[in-house]
Amino acid sequence: MARRHVLIGSGPAAVSAAEAIRSEDLAAEITMVTADPHGYYSRPGLAYYLAKEVPKDGLSPFTSRDFARLGVRFVSQRVAKISPAAHLVTLANGDDLPYDRLLIATGSQAIPLGVRGVELDGVVKLDDMQDARNLIDRSRHAKEAVVVGGGITALEIAEGLRARGVHVHYLMRKERYWGSVLSEAESRVVEDGLRSGGVQIHYFTEVAQILGKDGKVTAVETEGAEAIHADLVAVAIGVLPKRQLGESAGLECGRGILVDEFLRASEPDVYAAGDVAEVRARQGGKSPLEVLWNTAVAKGRIAGLNMAAEPAHPYIQSVPLNVTRLAGHKIAIMGTVGNGKDEDLRGIARGDSETWRQLGDAAIVEHEGKDARVRLALAERTIAGAIVMGDQTLSFPLQEIIASRVDVGALAERLRQDKAPVAELIESFWREWKAGRA
Amino acid sequence: MDPFKADRDRHTILATAWVLPEPSRCVQCGVCSFHCPMAIDVRRHVWRNEPVKDSYCLTCGECVKRCPRGLLRFDVIPPLGIDEHTWGSH
Repeated sequence: MARRHVLIGSGPAAVSAAEAIRSEDLAAEITMVTADPHGYYSRPGLAYYLAKEVPKDGLSPFTSRDFARLGVRFVSQRVAKISPAAHLVTLANGDDLPYDRLLIATGSQAIPLGVRGVELDGVVKLDDMQDARNLIDRSRHAKEAVVVGGGITALEIAEGLRARGVHVHYLMRKERYWGSVLSEAESRVVEDGLRSGGVQIHYFTEVAQILGKDGKVTAVETEGAEAIHADLVAVAIGVLPKRQLGESAGLECGRGILVDEFLRASEPDVYAAGDVAEVRARQGGKSPLEVLWNTAVAKGRIAGLNMAAEPAHPYIQSVPLNVTRLAGHKIAIMGTVGNGKDEDLRGIARGDSETWRQLGDAAIVEHEGKDARVRLALAERTIAGAIVMGDQTLSFPLQEIIASRVDVGALAERLRQDKAPVAELIESFWREWKAGRA
Repeated sequence: MDPFKADRDRHTILATAWVLPEPSRCVQCGVCSFHCPMAIDVRRHVWRNEPVKDSYCLTCGECVKRCPRGLLRFDVIPPLGIDEHTWGSH
């Protein structure tokens, strides 16, 4: 009998698991269950949809024909319950789906702001397509918006609303943007970009409560008792893994659903992948969370391979990488680059990795070239992390050097020297290293 | 000083190179495919880690320029295929 796979979720982890299962087992039954009426689309791409760079339909990488070709049956329903002992998934409409292998890939969800007034009409977030459409609809009538939070999503919303003609107030609790990952100079570049795009930044400003009239948002009152008029209040203070289904099914959970190196949860034949999966740390302690597209794809693929046959493929956490655009600047973040706490975020944000903030003793080299700004965190014999802003040419060799934990030897010393030609040194080292491997 | 060097380099790239992706940076947003004047699904090539070796590709550079994450570039594909030449790890 064909093995029955049920995948809960329709994001990159679920899709990549479906592809992996099919690559191993042509006869398998694959059912994807999702509560998202828009199915599979690029969640990070919502930023470009908001900014009018791509239409809604352009965000869907797969057509229904692609799913049919992959042999995936779509069920558009919310999952009410998982019964691991009976190997059953119960849907909100009461139907039962039996499974031989189950994948939970439910993603993550925005943390609500803990102040009075969050229930008012006009308090918005950006978790999914529905939220993006809501923001776009509301931007047609809104004149002013307040954006609260940090990381990438807060800026996606701020820039998207600006592109739609809304005046944006961006509130920061401290003196600079994303201080746990970016250096002060990098924060200033982003803030300057925001200002030149018309975003009004309020430093050292915290929301005390959201004010409203007739159930609708009218203003934000700050801790400094200032009232900022707003038709919309967008909240992006971080996300949490959506682990509720796993918890109620009795699966062991930490911050997410806990999984072993084969991405198996604590009940037989149940796997988790993507943002919701928290891989157990080998020597106890917390393992870093990542809310990254490429991590979700990698975890989904490994879970799928293990579900299709006997679990033989361990998930190996790679050096976290994200390339994004902040206030018009392309920026690649890889390895460990910062530390400390970001007061604008609670926990982790979308497009974020906790590893980025685990920088220990490292020498920092900053270099500003004509087209790019580069910051390197140098460990004793390796490059622990890097940020490249602007032209991304140098970020490709750095990605490989950091991901492969290459012993850079004497290069570290040369990079530390005053006025070192950083770009040339890295490129020539990388070429020699590649040639040596060939 | 050769005033025609830039034009010649550009022509060489257009005539001999392909658009190559770096899939580990792609979030499948579709900006590349949406802006392709020849309606090539560039995004799909990236998902499969394939160069945009489509006979309709004009190597116009629209996708390279528009990609918000800078993961597309022009380069010459070596005889042994893309894996020999791509940056990054897959």
